Amino acid sequence: MPRIIRDATIVEDDWQVADLGEGQSALDITLPEGLVLFPLNVWLQRREEIIARNQPIGVWLRSDEAPEALVGDISRFSVIGIHFPRFTDGRGCSTARLLRERHRFVGEIRAIGDVLQDQLFAMRRCGINAFALRADRSLEQALPALKTFSDSYQAAADEPRPLFRRRLAGEPG
Amino acid sequence: MYRYDPTDQRMIDERVAQYRDQISRHLAGELSADELRPLRLQNGLYIQRHGPMLRIAIPYGLLSSKQLRKLAEISQRYDRGVGHFTTRQNLQLNWPQLEQTPEILGELASVQMHAVQTSGNCVRNITTDALAGVAPDELADPRPYCEILRQWSTFHPEFAFLPRKFKIAVNAAASDRAVIRVHDIGLDLVRDEHGETGFRVFVGGGLGRTPMLGKVVNEFLPRRHLLSYVEAILRLYNRYGRRDNLYKARIKILVQALGIDEFRRQVDDEWSHFRDGPTTVPDEEFERLAGHFAPPAWEVLPADDPWPTAQAKSNRAFANWLGRCVQRHRMPGYAAVTLSLKAPGKPPGDITDVQMIAVADLADCFSLGELRVTHEQNLVLADVRQRDLYEVWQIARQNGLATPNIGLLTDMICCPGGDLCALANARSVPIAAAVHETFDNLDYLHDIGDISLNISGCMNSCGHHHVANIGILGVDKNGEEWYQITIGGQQGNAATIGKVIGPSFCAGEIPGIIEALIAVYLDQRTPEERFIDTFQRIGIEPFKTRAYARRDRQRSAPAPVDEREVVNA
Ligand code: SF4
Repeated sequence: MPRIIRDATIVEDDWQVADLGEGQSALDITLPEGLVLFPLNVWLQRREEIIARNQPIGVWLRSDEAPEALVGDISRFSVIGIHFPRFTDGRGCSTARLLRERHRFVGEIRAIGDVLQDQLFAMRRCGINAFALRADRSLEQALPALKTFSDSYQAAADEPRPLFRRRLAGEPG
Repeated sequence: MYRYDPTDQRMIDERVAQYRDQISRHLAGELSADELRPLRLQNGLYIQRHGPMLRIAIPYGLLSSKQLRKLAEISQRYDRGVGHFTTRQNLQLNWPQLEQTPEILGELASVQMHAVQTSGNCVRNITTDALAGVAPDELADPRPYCEILRQWSTFHPEFAFLPRKFKIAVNAAASDRAVIRVHDIGLDLVRDEHGETGFRVFVGGGLGRTPMLGKVVNEFLPRRHLLSYVEAILRLYNRYGRRDNLYKARIKILVQALGIDEFRRQVDDEWSHFRDGPTTVPDEEFERLAGHFAPPAWEVLPADDPWPTAQAKSNRAFANWLGRCVQRHRMPGYAAVTLSLKAPGKPPGDITDVQMIAVADLADCFSLGELRVTHEQNLVLADVRQRDLYEVWQIARQNGLATPNIGLLTDMICCPGGDLCALANARSVPIAAAVHETFDNLDYLHDIGDISLNISGCMNSCGHHHVANIGILGVDKNGEEWYQITIGGQQGNAATIGKVIGPSFCAGEIPGIIEALIAVYLDQRTPEERFIDTFQRIGIEPFKTRAYARRDRQRSAPAPVDEREVVNA
C-alpha cells in the first residue's frame, strides 16, 4: 500500500487520486470505488452521486482552483487534496490557509504533486497535515523537515498568534 | 539598531542548518540543480557568468561596524577581497565557492546577518532612507516599521513562492529618498488630522521591462493594520498574479489588468476577513521596536560648528567635499557624511576589504559604531560631530572614499552588468569608467551640478536607469552591445520614468552623447535650474536633436530602433 506522511507520522494510505483522462468528461466517467479524491469538476458535476455512495469523500484542487468552490460542502469532506504542479507554485499555500483559517476545515489537507521535503515546513504552517511525497523521494528522509524551524514570526494555520504577540506576553525568549 | 533575541538567533541558525543540508544533498546528487535553484536563490546564491555570486542581506541598509568587519573578513577569506553594494542596500560577493557558502552563512549568522530572501520569488529586503533617524525632514523613524516588515516577511510560509519577486520600501520623510513609487509596495508614512500615524500605500510600481509608478491603493492605513493589509495584498497577488509569463508576473501587471479601483476593492474584501485579527500590531510592539532604534547618546553641541567652515576657506578640496558629501543632521552640531563609492577607475558601489575595515574604524571613532548603505550605492556615517569632519575627510580621502561627487554626474548608480551578470545584454562598468574619464574635471562637474546618471546592463533595470535624469540601458543587437538612452527620469516625491530619446548607440558613442545632452542643458539653463528642471521646461526635442546631430556627423547610417526595448516611446 502506498505510504504518505500524515500528522508527522509515516502511514500506509489507500486513498487514490482520480483524474480525468484525455477526452473524458466529468459527466460520463464511471466513478471509481473506494476512497477517492475526486477532481473538483467531477465533484461539482456528480455531487449527488458521490454523496450517495455513502463513503468518505475526498476532493482535490488544482493550483488555479479556488477553495471557495467547496465552501457550502466543507464539512462533507474527509480529505481535501491540494495539487502542486511544481514545488515553486505557491498558490496551494494560500488555498490551504483559506481552507483552515477562513472556512474552518478540520479534515485532512493533503499536498499532492511535486511535493518535496524542503517545502514541508511551510506547507505544514499553512495547514497542510498530510503529504503524498513525490514518488522518487524518501519519506524517512523528509520527515524531520517538518521541524526545520523551532519558531516562526507570523501567524498562520498552525499558530494564530504572531511572534510579537507571544513576545509581548513574555512567552518565548 | 535591531538586536536579535534568542528566538531570532535560533531561527537564523536553523536556516543555516537547513541550507547546509540542501547543499550537501545537492553535492551528493540527491537534489538536482533545478531543484536546488529556487532554494539557493532564497539564500542569496546565484550562479553567474563566472560562477556563484552571494547576495548578503543588509536589512534596510543598516550595518554595525562589527558586521562590516565580518564582511571584510568573509570577503578576504572566501572571496577576492571586494564586495559590491546594490540598489537594494545589500552586498554582493562575486567569487565565493558553492561548497563554502554554508560556512559563509554560518559566519554571517554569528553577527546577526544572513542572505535570506535576497533573491527568489519572495519578499525581498525591505529598503528605506539611508538618513533614517537623523534626517531633519523626517516625520518618524522608518526603521521600526522596516523591522516589523522584515520579521513578518522572513520565512513567511504562504509567500515563499510568489509569481515573481516582491519589493517593499518605506519612506517616512518629507522628501522620499527610498524611491517608494518604483516598488511593488511603497509605504509613505503620514499622520492624519488626529495625529495618528499611518501609511499612504502605493502598489504596483516597478522598473524592468514595463516601468510603472505605484498607484495609491490606500490613502491612510493606520499603522496597526500594516501587516494584515500587506498580507491581504500579497495573498491576492499570490493567488491571481500571472505565472504563465515571466515578464507579466510582477504585481504591477495584475494591478494594471484589474485597474486600481477593482484591485483596491479586492484587497479590502480579502482584508475584511482578518483586519482586526491577531496580526494587528499593538502600540506596545511599535514602541518595543522603536526602542531598538532609540536616538543614540548625542552630545549637546552648538549649532553649526564654525570650525569646518573656517577650514574650508583655506582648503578647496575639503570645501568641495563639505559641499557634496556632508548632509544636514537633525541634531545641532552633527552631520551625516556620505562616503563615495564612486571614485574614478573603480566600479560604482564596489568596496575592498581594506576599505571596509577603514569604514568600520571610522564608524567606531566618529559615528557611534554604525553606518548605512544608500540605494545609490554609497555609505553613510550618520552621526558625525561637525567638529570631526575635517579628520573624517582626511581618513576617508586616504582610503579613496572622499570623492566629492555625491549627487553629481559621476555619482552613478550602476549594476555589475556584463562583466559579471549572466543576464546582461551589455557591460555597464566600462560605460561608467568612460563617463569618469570624460568628465574628469571637478570644476566642470560642480558647474553641471545636481544630476543623476544610472546604468543598467539589461532590462531587469537593477541600475534604476528609468528613474535617472539620464539613463543608460544595455541592449543586445545581434550579439553586439548597444545602449539606449532615456532622459528626464527622476526619483523622489516627483518620481518620473524617463523617456527614450531614440535609436540606441554603441559604447564608443556614449561619452559624446552625454556631453551633447549636458551641452544642451548648459546652453539653455537659467541660473537656478538643475538639469531636470531645464529638461522639464524645454522638453525632449532639443536634447534629441543635439544627440543625433552629433551622431549623424560621426556616421551616416543610424542603426534601427530595437522595438522590443523601446518601452517608453
Ligand atoms: S540590470 Fe541586468 S545586467 Fe544589470 S545586474 Fe541586473 S540583471 Fe544583471
